[in-house]
Amino acid sequence: MSTALSINNLHKVYANGFEALKDVSFDVQDGDFFALLGPNGAGKSTIIGIVTSLINKSSGKVHVYGTNIDTDFSKAKEYLGLVPQEFNFNMFEPLNETLLTQAGYYGIPRPVARKRSAKLLEVFGLAEKSNQIVRNLSGGLKRRLMIARALVHHPKLLILDEPTAGVDIEVRHLIWESLKEINAQGTTIILTTHYLDEAESLCKNIGIIDRGEIIENTTMRDLLDSLESTDFVLYLKDKIDVVPALNGYEIKKIDSKTIEVTVTKELGINELFTELSQHGIRVNSMKNKTNRLETLFLDMVSKSTDAKK
Amino acid sequence: MKLKSQYIALKSILIRETLRFLRIWLQTLLPPAITTGLYFIIFGNLIGSQISNIDGYLYIEYIVPGLILMAVITNSYANVVSSLYISKFHRYIEEVMISPVPNFIILIGYVGGGVARGVCVGFVVTLVSMLFTNVVILHFWTALTFLVMTSAIFSMGGFINGILAKSWDDTSVIPTFVLTPLTYLGGIFYSISMLPEFWQNVSLVNPILYMVNAFRYSFLGQSDISIEIAFTVTALFVIFLFLVSARLLNKGVGLRT
Repeated sequence: MSTALSINNLHKVYANGFEALKDVSFDVQDGDFFALLGPNGAGKSTIIGIVTSLINKSSGKVHVYGTNIDTDFSKAKEYLGLVPQEFNFNMFEPLNETLLTQAGYYGIPRPVARKRSAKLLEVFGLAEKSNQIVRNLSGGLKRRLMIARALVHHPKLLILDEPTAGVDIEVRHLIWESLKEINAQGTTIILTTHYLDEAESLCKNIGIIDRGEIIENTTMRDLLDSLESTDFVLYLKDKIDVVPALNGYEIKKIDSKTIEVTVTKELGINELFTELSQHGIRVNSMKNKTNRLETLFLDMVSKSTDAKK
Repeated sequence: MKLKSQYIALKSILIRETLRFLRIWLQTLLPPAITTGLYFIIFGNLIGSQISNIDGYLYIEYIVPGLILMAVITNSYANVVSSLYISKFHRYIEEVMISPVPNFIILIGYVGGGVARGVCVGFVVTLVSMLFTNVVILHFWTALTFLVMTSAIFSMGGFINGILAKSWDDTSVIPTFVLTPLTYLGGIFYSISMLPEFWQNVSLVNPILYMVNAFRYSFLGQSDISIEIAFTVTALFVIFLFLVSARLLNKGVGLRT
């Protein structure tokens, strides 16, 4: 498997002296769906800016599909597609022209660009509005257009900087499905997001950055497995008066038909149901109290902050 | 990026830039036509009829080339400075910057858009001038060459201004305090031979004088400045501003962090 993006000892100090990246290193493999997470100001956008040439690095190496951006940035850029955080359109340009112009930047002839543009507008539910100007689109439609635009030249590596910020649930799910499909077709995706459920459900691998340093770089599976315990909310079929004492489980009653249980990694959830059944308690449904990745993320960032104090 | 791809990229930027000003023709093509029409009515007919001939030409005939070029200069400059600044402001310039398009293609694309508007405005203003006087172009290719070179110079001026501008106000400082005075003092409304010798020499520092006179030569066949010198000065300005613009773009001034 080849490496889509390789970052080695990337360092960035801004003109005002702010050290945004402190020798950051990580790889993203071809075909991966990689989550790059971190609190605001952690350095995610700086990394994206450097990889896409919008920000000049102070030192370090970046390779995109083996191409060093210092020696042949033009070739490296051919592999890249970017969906930036903020809308960056010519608001008075029609949708189809937006895509045609974008395709032109990558040397795609107009007839080919027209076909691709029509297909992408169709896929993202924008075909009916293709002759409208961008300004008239809702926020959700603009988000979809941003993704369509980034895909028009068939990039091998798609970078999405908070692609679902501010969109409704329906559009978010539509974007998720589209991204899954794009990834399944072989496009490597790097996603930054503040919606950790999004990262958890979409991404295979994860890098967490805090204050310019990578504090975790692993698979999503391994990271989630590292959780010592998980809190569940259980919705019961019948009312209960007293919460039974179950060996090893920490149980809290929320109301007569709802309990909260902390399940440790060693005990697991099957045993919990067995024990609840033995006490005549039947469970209608359940959910995680908090997103698992969110729990881990907050814990890691908190530990990283403490370590630096 | 391969040569063919560069050509496609350039074409895309040119189409985008040209459609941009054509879409808003009420703001880009109509105003210079109206303004120039007013110049012809006031300076050409009303005041001009009271002014004696200059170099054997009616005053209105004498000012036609300069008025056309004045409209070309202001519109070429305005086109690029506004287009570039808006693309920075709305950040869609980032899309071309993150693409493999070489910087010189980006520069030629923006300048090409300015030249396209300059040529369109020049054509429209020439049509307007035909309503007021008999316009004959004696040296068509000379006229076209100087029209394009002048338009390119001020498009690049607009490009540099757009790159360096940090606010909307910055985009109007140069046109107001530099471009307008130089244009009005560039021999559009008079021949520098009418000035005292000292001011004739001072006028020679003004690059617009060379362009206006060369353009006037292509219409009337006479000029205050030798056509060869005018061509050399104009061509040197084209090269100089291209190099400055390219340098700023390569360094990412105002565009990259």
